[in-house]
Amino acid sequence: MNWEIWIPRLLKEFGVTLYMVGVSTALTIMLGLPLGIWLNLTSSKGLSPQPTLYKTLSVIINIGRSLPFIILLVAILPLTRFIVGTTIGATAAIPPLTLAAIPFFARVVETALNEVDRGLLEAIQSMGGNLKHAVFKVLLPEAMPSLIAGIALTIISLIGYSAMAGAIGGGGLGDLAIRYGYQRSETLVMLITVILLVVVVQGIQSLGTNLARKASKR
Amino acid sequence: MIELEHVYKRFEQKDFPVEALRDVTLRVGKGEVYGVVGPSGAGKSTLIRCVNLLERPDQGRVVVDSLELTALSADALAKARRQMGMIFQHFNLLSSRTALANVALPLEIEGMEAKAREAKAREMLDLVGLTDKADSYPAQLSGGQKQRVGIARALATHPKILLSDEATSALDPQSTQSILVLLKQLNEELGLTILLITHQMEVVKQVCDHVALLESGYCVEQGAITDLIADPNSRLSRAFFPRIQEQTPQPGAVSAIITFLGKAADEPVLATLVRSYNVDVNILGGSIQTVAGKRIGQLQVELAGEQTAQALEHLRQLGLRVEVSA
Repeated sequence: MNWEIWIPRLLKEFGVTLYMVGVSTALTIMLGLPLGIWLNLTSSKGLSPQPTLYKTLSVIINIGRSLPFIILLVAILPLTRFIVGTTIGATAAIPPLTLAAIPFFARVVETALNEVDRGLLEAIQSMGGNLKHAVFKVLLPEAMPSLIAGIALTIISLIGYSAMAGAIGGGGLGDLAIRYGYQRSETLVMLITVILLVVVVQGIQSLGTNLARKASKR
Repeated sequence: MIELEHVYKRFEQKDFPVEALRDVTLRVGKGEVYGVVGPSGAGKSTLIRCVNLLERPDQGRVVVDSLELTALSADALAKARRQMGMIFQHFNLLSSRTALANVALPLEIEGMEAKAREAKAREMLDLVGLTDKADSYPAQLSGGQKQRVGIARALATHPKILLSDEATSALDPQSTQSILVLLKQLNEELGLTILLITHQMEVVKQVCDHVALLESGYCVEQGAITDLIADPNSRLSRAFFPRIQEQTPQPGAVSAIITFLGKAADEPVLATLVRSYNVDVNILGGSIQTVAGKRIGQLQVELAGEQTAQALEHLRQLGLRVEVSA
């Protein structure tokens, strides 16, 4: 194994993984967080119950979550082309990654917000607070530890999904492991990439756990 | 100050509906401390939530400070709620905020700027005696301290009314005492009108001047405590005075329970009785209680003598409550 070739290569693919996962995580939070809040508010026990809307959203999210990622990846190629202008490469992997993670993250957010004590919502209402106050001053701050843990969970899922981005030439560590390690039986390459992935996942998990603990004042 | 008129509320549950409030009419005057008591499930929680419309009544009107809340838009209602502070059994403080930031919350909602907000919040913490706990998180405070933060938060916007939802039910006896003393002090010093619900009769005895009894959604009794105590048929009155063990009177004697209220409580009533009516008085039991700031005594006695009937009449004329058991 020629380290002079492999080290820069591993670093490059590591960077690609970071790029795909980083951008899609940011987009997932931007889109999934409001969706999760919406789910929480419209559920039967939420502040603004709308059963029909909630059920509709819920079904759509469940469909999104049950599609295998590799199928989603291919199925939305036209949409991907429309959004990023290409259907190959790391950038083209971002829309499907994001689309796969949004329903997952939205559920994580919904669950985290459901765990906020209903008494706190009564309190903010009794002070004359509106829905906006309830969301931004009570629900989100109080659920912050669970939200942070949920974000870590989502990033880790995205790292898993991103291994399949190779199918559309996305690259990244996972793709490297599949192509060289699995398909060409270069065991050492596979081992190194897998170790790198394990380290990254461990790092994110402990970072998430620590930040969540720090955010919790209980 | 607070008027509930013919308020009905029912909750639809899976199998059968629950009638939480049935035709409840209640008036709380300015500066009063009004207690609502009743067994759990009587509708107390629903009642207090109907005052600031955390629960909207199915029927009936809610008028607070001459404003008909049941007729207001959502925005106007939010504004009206700022005239009413509320404290809760489980305090409902935000765990993510310090004591100071919790107290500042209603001021944030009101739109006060940051500096004034902090100054005001500190002033409120001073008022409840928690000056040094400003930077503590709720998890670091005791139950009594949490409730003090709750009170500071409820009063930060200078509401005229405080709604207290079982505020002392989760506290130990000592903290309960200190919170009750604080509430009474706020009532006297700020002229704060307080509506509280509780299942603890002690709370009513200690701080309330008016009381209502709620049972299965009906308001069974209500009025000024001093009036209710004087009424031997009042169930609340009986609840105030746990019945002394009934004794079978000696042959030829009459057993009576005498409740001492008002001026007569300070007079040597029994001595007069013995001297003027020539009756024998045998004391079987007695107790003294402080209700609504007044000392009220109750004696169970046995009277024997020819002029017993006149003696009892004399007591009634003094304004004492006399119940003769057969």
